[in-house]
Amino acid sequence: MDCCILKFYVVRLSGKKIVFLLIMFFIGSVSLYSSDGILVDSGSTAWMLTSTALVLLMIPGLAMFYGGLVRSKNVLGTIMHSYVAMGIISVLWVILGYSMCFGSSVFGGWFGWNSDYFLLKGIDSNIMEAGIPEYVFSMFQGKFAIITPALIAGAFAERISFKAYCFFIALWSVLVYNPLCHWVWSSDGFLFNIGAKGAIDFAGGTVVHISSGVSGLVAALYLGSRRGYPFQVIRPNNLVITMLGAGLLWVGWFGFNAGSSVSSGLSTAQALTATQVAAATGALSWIIIESFHQGKVTSLGFASGILAGLVAVTPAAGVVQPYGAMFLGIFAALTCYMAIQLKNKLGYDDSLDAFGIHGVGGITGALLLTLFIRPAWMTEAAVANNGNWTIWNQFGIQTFAVVITITYAAVMTYLIILILNKFIRFKSTENDEMAGLDRSYHGERGYGMLNPS
Amino acid sequence: MKLITAIIREVQLDKVREALIEANIKRITVSRVSGHGQQRVEEMYRGQIIIPDLIPKIKIEIAVNEAFVDITVNTILKSARTNGKEGHVGDGKIFITPLEECIRIRTGDRGGTAI
Repeated sequence: MDCCILKFYVVRLSGKKIVFLLIMFFIGSVSLYSSDGILVDSGSTAWMLTSTALVLLMIPGLAMFYGGLVRSKNVLGTIMHSYVAMGIISVLWVILGYSMCFGSSVFGGWFGWNSDYFLLKGIDSNIMEAGIPEYVFSMFQGKFAIITPALIAGAFAERISFKAYCFFIALWSVLVYNPLCHWVWSSDGFLFNIGAKGAIDFAGGTVVHISSGVSGLVAALYLGSRRGYPFQVIRPNNLVITMLGAGLLWVGWFGFNAGSSVSSGLSTAQALTATQVAAATGALSWIIIESFHQGKVTSLGFASGILAGLVAVTPAAGVVQPYGAMFLGIFAALTCYMAIQLKNKLGYDDSLDAFGIHGVGGITGALLLTLFIRPAWMTEAAVANNGNWTIWNQFGIQTFAVVITITYAAVMTYLIILILNKFIRFKSTENDEMAGLDRSYHGERGYGMLNPS
Repeated sequence: MKLITAIIREVQLDKVREALIEANIKRITVSRVSGHGQQRVEEMYRGQIIIPDLIPKIKIEIAVNEAFVDITVNTILKSARTNGKEGHVGDGKIFITPLEECIRIRTGDRGGTAI
C-alpha cells in the first residue's frame, strides 16, 4: 500500500528527485511511511497480525472446550454460544466498541468516545506510535472483546435461551466490557493511571477473566441450576474435543499474552515465556493435587490446570519472570481446585466452572503477581513516584482494581439480566431444557447415533 | 416375566426416565435407534427444509415380573405422550414380549428374583 503511494509521488516529482527516489527505491533503503510520516514497523505488525489470528483461534478453542463438557443434546447450542459471539461482538466492536474502549474519557471517565473511531472510519490510514497500523491494534483488541462474553456462557450452560443469550452478550459487551477495558487499558482510564505505574493488567486478568467469571457467577445464581442438578449425574459428552479445545486455547494464549506487548521484541519474549511456564506448572499442579485428593489423574483435570495457569499469568505476563510464572501456575491450580470443591459443597450450578477457573484464577493472578514483579519494573515505578514504591503499595492498587472489577461486573450483570428478563425469558423452559438446546433453538443435532448421556 | 420395549421420542427421554424412577422402576436400558413410523419430520439443512429418511428415536428396554407390567406400561404411556393427554403422531409404541429366562451374571440366579 505504502509502496503505491511512493510510486504515485514519483510521477509528480522533477527529474532529479525521480532519479534519487528511484535509486532509493531499488536499493531498498526506503522505509515505509504512513501519510503522517510514522514508520510502519513490519516486524511488530507481522507479529500483531499473527497474534490477532491466534486470539481468534481461542474462540473455536473455547467452543470445543465447553462443547465437549455438556451433554450430547446441548453440544451445538454450547458451541454456538462461542461462535455467535464472533458475529455479534465483531460488529459491535467496529460500530462502537473500539471507540468506547480507546476513545477519550466521557461521562466522567465511565467509558471513552472518539467519533473518529465510530465504524473505524477515521483510522483508515493511521499508523500507531508502536509502528503498527491502527486497524491491526483495533482488530487485535476486538478479539478480546469477543472471547470475554463467550467465557461467561460456561456458567449458565445447558439452560439458556439462545435469543436471550444474544441480547445478553451484546448488552454486556457494551455496558461491562467496554467501560472496564477503557478504565484499565486506555491511556486516560483511571485504573491505567492509578498509583505509580497504574494497576498491572497485562493481558486482561481483570478486564477479561475476573469480569467474565464474576458475571458468570451472578448469572448462574440468578438463573438457578439445571434440571436435576446436583443429584443427577451430568456427564461430559466428549472429553476428546474438550482436550483439543484446551490445546487450542493454550496455543492461542501466546497471541493473547505475548501479543499484548503490542510490539515484537523483548517484552513479547518475556510474556511468551511466562505464559508457557504458568500453563505447564498449572497443569502439573492440578494433576498432583488431584491424584492425592481423588486418586486418579483426569484429562479434564490437566486441561483445567492449563487454563488456571494461563488465566493467572494473563495479568502478570509482562511483569513476572519465569520463576514468578511458575508460582502463579501453582497457586492458581490450588485456588481454582479449591473453588470447584467449594462449589460442589455450596451446590450452586456454575456448570462449566467459568467462575471457578476464570474468576478465581484471575483474582489469584491479579493479586499474587505483586510478589513476583521484576526489579526493573519496580525501579521504574519508584522513579515515577519520586523514588519510593513498594510491592505493598502495588498490592493495594491491585486489590483496588480487583474490587472495582468484581463490584462493577456483578452489579451491572445483575441489572442487565433483571431488565432483559422482563422482555425475553432468559432461562429455557423445562421442555426446551429437556429436549436440549440443539433441538429447541437450532433444530439440529450434534451427533448421529451417539447414545444419550 | 415380560420384556417391555418402548420406542419413544428423543425429547421425552428425561420425562419417561424420571417417571419410571418415581414408580420405582430403575433397571432400564436406553439406546438411540432410528426407523420409520407414521410420523413425518422436517429438518433444516443449509437453509433447506429436508425430510430425513430415518427418524431418530429412543428405545427403552425393561425386563419386569408380571406384577410390574401394568404400572410400567401406564407410566410410559403417561410420560411419553406429548400435547397433554391428546398425543401426537410420532409419540411411539410399546411392545410386550414374553421373557423366557433371566439370569444374573454375578450370582447365576435365575427367574423372577434375578430381575
